[in-house]
Amino acid sequence: MNAGRFPCLHPSLIQKEIFMASISKKNNRIFEIFAATPVRILISLVVPTITFLVLRWSFIYMRDSEASKFLIGIVALTVGVGGVWVLYAATDNLVGIFPVRLRDTLRPFVFVGPAVVVLLFYIVFPALRTIWLSFLNRTSTEFVGLKNYAFVFTDPEMFIVMRNTLFWVLVVPFVAVSLGLIIAVMADRLKPSAEKIVKSLIFLPMAISFVGASVIWRFVYFYQPAGYDQIGLLNAIITMFGGEPIAWLIIRPWNNFFLLLIMIWLQTGFAMVIQSAAVKGVPSSLLEAARIDGAGEIRIFFNVTIPYIKGTILTVMTTILFMVLKIFDIVYVMTSGNYDTGIVASRMYQEAFIFRNNGRGSALAVFLFIVVIPFMIRNISQLRENRR
Amino acid sequence: MKKLLFVLLGLTLVVGFVLTGCQKEEAAEEAGMESKASYTQNEWTDGEDLSGKTVNIFGAFVDEDAKRFEASMVPFEEATGIEIEYEGSGDFEALITVRTEGGDPPDVAAFPQPGLMQDVVSRTDHINLSDWFDSSYMKNQYNQSWLDLATYKGEMVGVWYRASVKSLVWYAKPIFEAEGYEIPQTWDEMLALSDQMIADGYIPWSITMESSGATGWVATDWMEDILLRTAPPEKYDQWVAGELPFSSPEVKRAAEVMGDIWFNEDYVLGGRNSILTVPFGDGATPLVQDPPKALMHRQASFITAFLPEGTKVGEDIDYFYLPLIDEEEGKPVLGAGDCFTAFTDKAETKAVMKYLTQGISTKAWLQSGGFVSPHNDTPIDWYPTVVDRGYAEILQNADTFRFDASDLMPGQVGAGSFWKGMVDYVSGEDLDEVMMKIDNSWPEE
Amino acid sequence: MSNKTKNNQAITQSTPSKKSRPALHIRSWTMRLVLFLIVLIWTVPTLGLLISSFRSPEAISATGWWTVFGRLFHAEWTMQNYVSVLFADFMGLAFMNSILVSIPSTVIPITIAAFAAYAIAWMNFPGREAIFVMIVGLLVVPLQMALIPVLKIYTTYQLNGTYLGIWLAHTGFGLPLATYLLFGYISSIPKEIIESAHADGATPWMSFTRLVLPLSKPAIASFAIFQFMWVWNDLLVALVFLGTKKENALVTTRLAEMVGSRGQDWHVLTSGAFLTMIMPLIIFFSLQRYFVRGMMAGSVKG
Repeated sequence: MNAGRFPCLHPSLIQKEIFMASISKKNNRIFEIFAATPVRILISLVVPTITFLVLRWSFIYMRDSEASKFLIGIVALTVGVGGVWVLYAATDNLVGIFPVRLRDTLRPFVFVGPAVVVLLFYIVFPALRTIWLSFLNRTSTEFVGLKNYAFVFTDPEMFIVMRNTLFWVLVVPFVAVSLGLIIAVMADRLKPSAEKIVKSLIFLPMAISFVGASVIWRFVYFYQPAGYDQIGLLNAIITMFGGEPIAWLIIRPWNNFFLLLIMIWLQTGFAMVIQSAAVKGVPSSLLEAARIDGAGEIRIFFNVTIPYIKGTILTVMTTILFMVLKIFDIVYVMTSGNYDTGIVASRMYQEAFIFRNNGRGSALAVFLFIVVIPFMIRNISQLRENRR
Repeated sequence: MKKLLFVLLGLTLVVGFVLTGCQKEEAAEEAGMESKASYTQNEWTDGEDLSGKTVNIFGAFVDEDAKRFEASMVPFEEATGIEIEYEGSGDFEALITVRTEGGDPPDVAAFPQPGLMQDVVSRTDHINLSDWFDSSYMKNQYNQSWLDLATYKGEMVGVWYRASVKSLVWYAKPIFEAEGYEIPQTWDEMLALSDQMIADGYIPWSITMESSGATGWVATDWMEDILLRTAPPEKYDQWVAGELPFSSPEVKRAAEVMGDIWFNEDYVLGGRNSILTVPFGDGATPLVQDPPKALMHRQASFITAFLPEGTKVGEDIDYFYLPLIDEEEGKPVLGAGDCFTAFTDKAETKAVMKYLTQGISTKAWLQSGGFVSPHNDTPIDWYPTVVDRGYAEILQNADTFRFDASDLMPGQVGAGSFWKGMVDYVSGEDLDEVMMKIDNSWPEE
Repeated sequence: MSNKTKNNQAITQSTPSKKSRPALHIRSWTMRLVLFLIVLIWTVPTLGLLISSFRSPEAISATGWWTVFGRLFHAEWTMQNYVSVLFADFMGLAFMNSILVSIPSTVIPITIAAFAAYAIAWMNFPGREAIFVMIVGLLVVPLQMALIPVLKIYTTYQLNGTYLGIWLAHTGFGLPLATYLLFGYISSIPKEIIESAHADGATPWMSFTRLVLPLSKPAIASFAIFQFMWVWNDLLVALVFLGTKKENALVTTRLAEMVGSRGQDWHVLTSGAFLTMIMPLIIFFSLQRYFVRGMMAGSVKG
């Protein structure tokens, strides 16, 4: 096949294969010898137990130790990465002792298990708790049924919050992904040094924390009444051309767009980086073929490139959409949702932590869970498609 | 290759280490760690030796203020051998919620808002301080107003540590002297003075409100001050408790009186637009510019931290007491403060709390300026400057003292709809509608 | 042959094709201009902050940052913002702590996610789809909702305030995205490759470690960059799980404190933003090389 393309496959794999075969034969002989049940059980218990004990010791060491932090960090890295590997390898080996059918059934769970366990504790259980809390009152002491949801769907302020969230959801992913893709494709045509500069500069905003970004855009949107020195960039440009300064973050409903512009500014780098790699993976043979058939660059872009990287586009779009739904920092830091700029995420934070209303905060979070269901479905069909 | 990555990482680690070495790091608390003859000869530990124990305090003040607080704790640490660890965060509100509901409360928490304190206390196990300190002792230490503010459902839940005075009007002293303006003693005199200033070619008021998410609180301060001066204090208390609605005539009148100044385009620097958009911290700066762009600014005492470097408080800028409006309401003072609550039932926590009820616990901070102690046993001559002494005197001479209402009301209103309502009002919305919306948002319970 | 085809052939023949980069002489200048404009608009806001970080707070509030261009050598430049941040108390320690938190919080989730993504992509087991759906769904759970319940668990196991606690927390919160991104990538490796390895007798473990992992370097690198950045710039999770003790300060928490109890020293954020940007950028540049090789394993159509 394509030995040249994936050199790591053939030579080393074959070697390893021979080696592994020899070892497993040896193991089998050993285990045949120790086929006596008690010994077998003993061995299959000892290895994971030792691993577990080591992990437990290191857990306590890292937690309680007064040792230098640096040392703790090294232990963490060793155990965290190395330990995880050892755990997988040990369990994998253990599973490998079992008969084939059992092994093939168990092994995937070895691979996927730790992830599932971690997710259960850190996200699934909290999510379930959140759903439960959404049916309780503000201090989580009484059951109130759907009252919080009634608030979410009927309160006039919430109506504006929903409307704003819709703006964000419709505009940000689409613009960020498209812009990222276009920039990726265009930059691809430059020489490598220029391309690197372009990509780095577009990516730069992502490296800035939200707090830093809020300060940056403060200097762009700042408003001083007419007659004063403008220190906001936009108003300075406007007054330079003789216009009246505009209070960008106050005028409704346009202030929402100026806020989500910041999000686009931040996320396009992400979309660009991921899609750029995908774009580079489009085989030149396909592009050449299309060109030979007479297609112009734009047609190639739409008919060849995009279909080819469809999966990536979906991934990036989904990721950015979910981020848009749950990132509240921008709105919260710039306006705290005032001037009709609130979005579900910022309102959720406000309700839960400032107004200390657990019921409503949770209901808003659950609302987010529900909203993303269509996207989950879309992703599943993509998953099935891949398998075909 | 990976090599480059590691080299770069290594470099940054080296730089980090160097920087770490380049500064003074606080070694283990030197204070109090020298061997003292006895740790039992103090007023706070009830004769027990509690040395070596630690009490952690979590609060909202950070940086410089945190340092001053720690300095004030030193006498206690030296006398008792107990170590006080202070942690502060600007996200105090969110964090205290998470910590108390997550089962990890601090030993002591310093609440800047009694409303928040009451809400937290209603949901979390805490110490009933009436069990620790008897009421005659507390009545000695504090005025009744402070004690009332720290009581929740009959329990004493907090001790007051720091107070701040809000009923102040800052003014450009040099101009006042040059033009011969006199400090107004009544609201009407203040309005007349404003007209006079306009006639003389000045802009009388600088009013600025912008504070990102918290925009609106400046207006709430004005409303509270005015309400205290136009209605009896019982009305204020009812308002805070949610019994007097925002749409009642008293509260509406306060908003209208405020509007008389705020919405008068000639009175305010930059007009209504700049009220909403200029940051609150920039409010006093026009007064000290050369020439001053405005002459008066009503704000609490902390505003001095925002003045440009080199400004001399007392010379370039000074303050006077916000004058009374209706004679019969006397001289009320609006203020704020920090209240400490205890969550863990330990002997060392009790010792710390006792220390905090006494003026001595504020000395170091007080003497670095900008701090007022609510304790009765704080001698007035501890205050370092005339300016600071003035705050303390206003506080002591007040006929009535009331706490900032928006810090007392439930968060939904005090940090939510009240602020928002004020923003809407200043933006031009109808007052009746604004008040109705705020009333509707009051949580039922 | 039609004229069009002739021309196209001429174009493709005249330019030595380097992968997929034909020279577009007609449109290339427009394209370059457009790119230049986009990059300019993108960078100007950050440039504003950079310039402001060298100005005093009074200057920043008084005049716009672009005014310095009129008087480059007479403008009042000052290093004070940088000095006060760099040499602030505990800043060096905070820097070390941030690294100590960020690196494990990046490496550990990648490890766990890679195993899981491989299993979901290429192994068959009951519940495969359910787990995948769960992971995608969890992408949207706002982590603020998890703070209290997780803290409750931590209090029981005395994990709060420990570094282990925050590594695990970041692992937990970052796992959905990690798994999702890695899955997207690993699942697009052509089936034939995986199957041929199988045919050669490789166990899943071997194909994972010797085949899939090396191939996934671009995806791993890209997630590593984002996760590192996110953890490095995070404030809330650190405050909740690591605590507010001085010894545990991170760059983000330290900087937040320096702004002052009332935000009066906000100007430290101008220099602070740039100083904190350096580390993520270093990571970005070092890992960038993984993006340019045939990522998204191209088609292997025979």
